[in-house]
Amino acid sequence: MGTTLPILILALPFFMFLLLGIGGVKMSKKVAGILGILGMGTTMTLAYIVAFTYFFSGDPAFILDGVRQQLSVFDVTWLAFTEKLVVKIGFLLDPISAMMLVVITTISFMVHLYSWGYMEGERGFQRYYAYLSLFSFSMLGLVVATNIFQMYIFWELVGVSSFLLIGFFYRLPSAVSASKKAFIVTRFADLGFLLGILTLTYFTDTFNFIDMTSNPMKVLAETGGATFMGASVLTWAMVLIFTGGMGKSAMLPLHIWLPDAMEGPTPVSALIHAATMVVAGVYLVARMFPVYCVVEASMTFITVVGAITAFYAAVVACTQIDIKRVLAFSTISQIAFMMVSLGVARDGMPIHGEHYTGLGYMAGMFHLFTHAMFKALLFLGAGALIHAVHSNDYTKMGGLRKYMPITHWTFLIGCLAIAGIPPFSGFFSKDEMLAAMFNNNWIWGAWMTMVAGLTAFYMFRLYYLIFWWEENPEYEHHKPHDAPWQMSVPLIFLAAVSCVAGFIPFGELVTWNGVSYHIHLEAPVACTSIIVALLAIALATKMYIKKNPLPEKFRNAVPGLWTAAHHRFYWDEIYLFITHKIIFGLICKPIAWFDRHVIDATMDGFAKVSQKVSFAIRGMQSGNVQAYVLWYFFGAVALALITWICLL
Amino acid sequence: MDLNILWYLVPSVIMFCAGVYGFVTRKNMIAMLISLELMLNSADLNFVVFNRFLFPGQMEGMVFSLFAIAIAAAETAIAIAIIINIYRAIGSTDIVETNKMKH
Repeated sequence: MGTTLPILILALPFFMFLLLGIGGVKMSKKVAGILGILGMGTTMTLAYIVAFTYFFSGDPAFILDGVRQQLSVFDVTWLAFTEKLVVKIGFLLDPISAMMLVVITTISFMVHLYSWGYMEGERGFQRYYAYLSLFSFSMLGLVVATNIFQMYIFWELVGVSSFLLIGFFYRLPSAVSASKKAFIVTRFADLGFLLGILTLTYFTDTFNFIDMTSNPMKVLAETGGATFMGASVLTWAMVLIFTGGMGKSAMLPLHIWLPDAMEGPTPVSALIHAATMVVAGVYLVARMFPVYCVVEASMTFITVVGAITAFYAAVVACTQIDIKRVLAFSTISQIAFMMVSLGVARDGMPIHGEHYTGLGYMAGMFHLFTHAMFKALLFLGAGALIHAVHSNDYTKMGGLRKYMPITHWTFLIGCLAIAGIPPFSGFFSKDEMLAAMFNNNWIWGAWMTMVAGLTAFYMFRLYYLIFWWEENPEYEHHKPHDAPWQMSVPLIFLAAVSCVAGFIPFGELVTWNGVSYHIHLEAPVACTSIIVALLAIALATKMYIKKNPLPEKFRNAVPGLWTAAHHRFYWDEIYLFITHKIIFGLICKPIAWFDRHVIDATMDGFAKVSQKVSFAIRGMQSGNVQAYVLWYFFGAVALALITWICLL
Repeated sequence: MDLNILWYLVPSVIMFCAGVYGFVTRKNMIAMLISLELMLNSADLNFVVFNRFLFPGQMEGMVFSLFAIAIAAAETAIAIAIIINIYRAIGSTDIVETNKMKH
């Protein structure tokens, strides 16, 4: 494969960002929108060509003896600080990056198209498209990074474009504080990431992913027996790198920014906060997977964090009123699902008889793919609902199925997919993940099956509350209707993908070591998860299909739990307490006092003295030339006298 | 009668003091300019006198006074131009009126 296509895939979105960012103000909205969509469409086509060539051409550069190869299409030196410390920018092609190219460009294109309808008439329409292009560029650069430093650079770039897009409606104070929160929280996590990179590469002497992952035992040997606070340095490095992933992927306890990020425009939530950027953490773990495998403790850490987050987010999602918040918590929960799946995966060949230990890796990536499609679908559906009803609350909705048939059917498909009902895509990927968890330890399997049940419950709760329940009487005045074609087309396309994506032979394409794996459903796991999902859906149907006092009764049965979950178990309050009361109150305030009353006061003193003196003598500056001459004359005489006296 | 240096310096000092007095007391800018010329002329006279009495046979003092006269002429031209402009702007050549420039 030549280097032209890969370079174009990165350069085109960046060029569109510059074009729309600089020239956007001179363009009409229509021109800017069409340019953005065309640019992204071209990028998508190019990415498809690259990915399909990689997967299906059978070229020995890509697949050798049935093993898919990792290759750097290009890798140029960007910054050479010293002989050893060289930062390169390149394009790494391997199964997961090719898969991500498809996911990112598809969702991004759909969102570009959808935004044309959704953002119509908004201020800064051109700016919005410029930011979308910037995000697409950064995300593509992140997934094709050949080395961990390039990944870090693009990691920050996606953070910044996420910040810009969350705060897109910068006149809303809530949007501004949400964007600030997202930036600070992820930045805080990225500090851990940077420390991890520095620790790891100090020992390995290389940033390159292929060098590290092709021989993880060498990495282990290089870090040697160095330990810090009771854990090996490699463990620390890998956990710190994972911290960056926790921030981006909204794992407990760094999840607090994601629900607030819903202040951004809904298509942005679909693109960034559901499908692509938030899975960067999962992608990072997958990228470093062989190195994680040699550090058992870090894998356990990932699994535990993921399992707790998945459950927590699923419980909270059951009690939210804002439909985007429900979807946000659902995203957190699903990403945590992928994390657990990666955490239970191991490299190496089968150890438990026929079980394939790398299954979790394949399943996690599979779920990343299907989840991106159906979660983007759900978010875009939510956008269509908000567009029609002008509110984020389900209390303002209800009974919408008659008014918005396209949105209704596509949303239903999304719900069925996420709930894990065959033959929709979510079932297949979730089944593989659960199988991988049961392989590792039945506790993880049982726990995550329970989370899957909760997922089905809260999604159908949402579905029924929006489309069934009871019609909002306000529809009389303002009849909701389906969105324009620019918004319906992406919905229908993504719904179609969600119907068929499960049948993609994903195991043949993406596995941890490139050897293809034939997916086969494990009947006990599949049956259990289907039964659990169906029971949860049945419960949701019973409670929410039409207006009845049952939900109220449930809520009153456990009032404390409900309130706590509704307030997201007070994580935001805990953070506020720590930052405001402890950090600001006990540390920052004394420092501020010292700054104001000691350092500033000294400077103020100087200023005050010179001001006083100036006031006292400013009368001398009368503007009267003759007065000046007199002063000068007497001065000259005085000097002459002094000189004379001295000479005497 | 023997003309010693004092015969020259005393008129020069009188001229200079008259110049200073005129410069400080006159309100009309043209009158101030004339006073200024008086001071300059007394300085020129000093150059010539000191050259004549201290270094007879040399010409530096003479040449300097010629320079000073030429420069004084140029300065006067500039001063007149400024005064005319001030007159156009404020309709007066009274020096007290120009204290507006301090703001």
